[in-house]
Amino acid sequence: MEIRDLYRDVILDHNRSPRNFGRLEPADAEALGHNPLCGDSLDITLRLKDGKLEDLRFNGQGCAISVASASLMSEAVKGLAVPDVDALYHEVHALLTEPAHVPARPLGKLMALAGVHEFPARVKCASLCWHTLHAALAKPAGGAAMPTVSTE
Amino acid sequence: MNAALPLAAAGYVDAQGRLLPARVRADFPILGREVHGRPLAYLDSAASAQQPRAVLDAVTRYGELHHANVHRGVHTLSQEATAAFEGARETVRRFINARSTREIVFTRGTTEAINLVAQAWGGTQLRAGDEVLVTQLEHHANIVPWQMACERAGARLVAVPLNAAGEVELDAFAACLGPRTRLVALAHVSNALGTVLPVKAMIGLARARGLPVLVDGAQAIAHQRVDVQALDCDFYAFSGHKVYGPTGIGVLYGREQQLAALPPWQGGGDMILTVAIERSTYNELPWKFEAGTPNISGAVGLAAALDYVEMLGRERIAAHEQHLLHTATAQLREVAGLTLVGTAADKAGVISFTLKGIHPHDIGTILDREGVAIRTGHHCAMPVMTWYGLSATARASFGCYNTEADIERLLVALDRVREVFA
Ligand SMILES: Cc1ncc(COP(=O)(O)O)c(C=O)c1O
Repeated sequence: MEIRDLYRDVILDHNRSPRNFGRLEPADAEALGHNPLCGDSLDITLRLKDGKLEDLRFNGQGCAISVASASLMSEAVKGLAVPDVDALYHEVHALLTEPAHVPARPLGKLMALAGVHEFPARVKCASLCWHTLHAALAKPAGGAAMPTVSTE
Repeated sequence: MNAALPLAAAGYVDAQGRLLPARVRADFPILGREVHGRPLAYLDSAASAQQPRAVLDAVTRYGELHHANVHRGVHTLSQEATAAFEGARETVRRFINARSTREIVFTRGTTEAINLVAQAWGGTQLRAGDEVLVTQLEHHANIVPWQMACERAGARLVAVPLNAAGEVELDAFAACLGPRTRLVALAHVSNALGTVLPVKAMIGLARARGLPVLVDGAQAIAHQRVDVQALDCDFYAFSGHKVYGPTGIGVLYGREQQLAALPPWQGGGDMILTVAIERSTYNELPWKFEAGTPNISGAVGLAAALDYVEMLGRERIAAHEQHLLHTATAQLREVAGLTLVGTAADKAGVISFTLKGIHPHDIGTILDREGVAIRTGHHCAMPVMTWYGLSATARASFGCYNTEADIERLLVALDRVREVFA
C-alpha cells in the first residue's frame, strides 16, 4: 500500500481548500466532535428544512484526513433527507473499515477515502466528522446542552 | 581511558571512551526488524524505550526457573522469587542512591507512583485553601492526580509559567511559591519539549520553605545520573519502560520520614502485619505501600535494565544522546517550514517540531511508511500545547541505540512528507 493511496489528490485538494468551512448562524443544530488521541476538534452547524439537511458548515482544526473527510462529507450530505444521511454514514463507515468494500450505492468523491482502511490509526480521523454530524442530527438545537462526541 | 571501564563495557566504547551505537544496537533484537519493508528507525524512546536482550532474557529466566509468589512461601521457588524481587529493589536503590530499600516502593509506573503520593499525602495533608504547585509543562500524570486531590480538599492547583524557549525560570518558580503552597510537583525533564528543569535549585528553594517536593523522573531516569540524596527531593517517580525495562513496573522513591508518615493507600495482602475484623496493623516500609501480589517479573526485568544502563554508563549514554540532539537540531533547523517547539538551553534528547501547513498526524503516518517511528499528538501534556497555541507536535526522541543514520532517515522521510503535500 502506497502512501498516495491515503493521500489521494482529492484528499489533498479538500485539505488545502475545505468546502463548507465555517459556521452557520443561526443554525438549527450543532455538535462538537473531539479526537482525544490528537487533541483535534471539529464543530458542525446545520440547517434543516422539510426533513432535509438544507445546509451545513464545519469548523475546527485537524489533520488532512479529518479536514478532507469533513469537506467531502459536507458536499455529499447537503440536500439529503435525514435518513439518507444515516444510510450514507453506514456506507462510509464500511468503506473506512472493511477491505475491498463494495458500496451498495454510488459514493462519488467519497471513494477518495477508500485508502483509509489500510491505515487503521487514521480511521478515527476520517470518521470523526460523521459521528459529529450524527450527534447534531440526533439532537437539534434548543434542547439541552450541545452534544459532544468523542472518537474514543 | 578504557582501563577505567567496567570490563563488560569494553566492547561498547571507542578509544575515546565514547559509546559505539552499532554494538549497543546488536543487544536490541527489535531494532533488527522491518516496518513496511524498511529497516526500523526507532525515534520514540521517550514514549517507550526498547528492551535489550539482557532484560528479555532475565524475564524469561525468572519465568522458567524461579517463578512463585513472594513473601509467603517456605518452598524453594517462593524464596528464590522473593530474593529476585527484593534483589531488584536493592538494584533500584543503588541506581538512584537512596539511603535504604525502605525508600523504594514498586508501582505500576510513574502514573501510579504519583497517584500514590497524591492520594496518601493529599488525603491527609491538604486543606481547603492550600495550593499544590506544578509547572505548565507537566505530563498529565503529574497534573490530574493533584487536581483530584485538590478537588477533594478544596485546594487549588497552580502552574509555574514557562518562557518562550519552554524553560522554567527560577524567578518565575520562586514567585509562585506562596504562603499557601503545601507541596511542589515537578517534571525533571519535559516529555513534550525536552526541557531539563533546574530541579536541584528548585528543590532547594522549596525545601528552604519546608515544602515537600515530588519529582516526576519518567524522562530523566534513562538519560542522566539521578541521585535522590544529591537532589534532596522527598519523592522521585519513574517507569521501567522508559529505561529499557518492561511495562507495568515503576518506582516511587520516598524519603523515609515522608513515607513513614503517610497512611497506606491500597489495602490487601502483603501490606499488613495482622488482620482482625476489628482492625489491622500495617506492614513496614516499603511493603506498607505494596498491596497484593506485585509485578515480580517486571521488577526482575527492571533490575536487568538498570544493570544494563549502568554497564553502558549513564554519562556515556548522556554524551551520546547530546551529540544526536545537537546534530539533529542543526539539521532540522535547515528544513524549510519546520519550527522547533521547545528550545531550552538545557535539553534532553527530545525534539518536538511542526511543519508549516502539515498536521503532525499526517507527518507521523508518512514517516511510519518510511519505517521511521516518531510520536505525534499532544504527548499527554495538553497544557504545554495550549501554552504554545498548538494542538499537536511531531516528536523525535533518542535512546542509547540511536545513530546518525536514524537522523538521516528522519530527514529523508521529512522530505517525503513535503513531497506528498507539495
Ligand atoms: C514526564 C512523564 N511523566 C509521566 C509519564 C507517565 O508514565 P507511565 O505512563 O509509565 O506511568 C510519562 C510517560 O509518558 C512522562 O513522559
